[in-house]
Amino acid sequence: MWVYEKKLQYPAWVEGNDIRIAKGLFAQYGGPDSELSAGIRYLTQRYTMPLNEVKAVLTDIGTEEMAHWEIIGTLIYKLIDGLDPEELRKAGLDAHYIQHGHDLYPHDAAGVPWTAAYIQAIEDPITNLTEDMGAEQKARTTYEHLINSTTDRGVIETLSFLREREVVHFQRFGESLRMVQEYMDRKKY
Amino acid sequence: MKIDRERLEMLKEIMALDFSSIELNLYLDTHPMDQKALAIHNDYAMKLKKLKEEYEKEYAFLTHKNVSKCPWEWIEEPWPWEIDYEMGGR
Repeated sequence: MWVYEKKLQYPAWVEGNDIRIAKGLFAQYGGPDSELSAGIRYLTQRYTMPLNEVKAVLTDIGTEEMAHWEIIGTLIYKLIDGLDPEELRKAGLDAHYIQHGHDLYPHDAAGVPWTAAYIQAIEDPITNLTEDMGAEQKARTTYEHLINSTTDRGVIETLSFLREREVVHFQRFGESLRMVQEYMDRKKY
Repeated sequence: MKIDRERLEMLKEIMALDFSSIELNLYLDTHPMDQKALAIHNDYAMKLKKLKEEYEKEYAFLTHKNVSKCPWEWIEEPWPWEIDYEMGGR
């Protein structure tokens, strides 16, 4: 089960001088390599994972991704809070405003809604973990594209923290993959 | 939303300690025999528990699992996405 803690993992902040980046941030709120995809992917893959170490990794990283999803949501919320429809239109969020107002919604930077088709769970632990490692790299690259696309120091600082987490998660998944490979070799021979 | 300076500093200290705890936890998942990391984790876990108890006694609930006065304290603002963490913006 999960218990909500009334705090963020990182003190997300914005200067608010580059509202257009809000639209881009939706890539990580509801895009293919978003924090939402990551969380659902890892928490879904836990059940059949053979090793306790890796069950823990999937549970803990999956849980951390939910906290990252909340950080992205906070950045978007802070950027668009109080903006009128005209300002949202200038920020490229006119379609978003018409369908969702100031609410967030899990769609990508182009407005495409989130779908479970973004993730896989195929039982084979080597296949699953290899996908997870790829997912972390894709998220890292997306963060770099976002960081390259804004001048807002708060957004850059917050995204730099999240980018670094992708690197750490990739490392832990790499160790997990090696452990699973050794385990499967022991079973065979 | 601005919050009291001392409360904000304490909240940020909890966030930092909690992050250290998360990072050590992940490392220990794949290095369960690393005694040095385990010792650091245990030290942080104790500090974190104490600091959270102090914060919840002094300011506000971090989880709903607390004894509350009336009205129910869990619903009090601010929620995490509303706080100005005073990092140089809002």
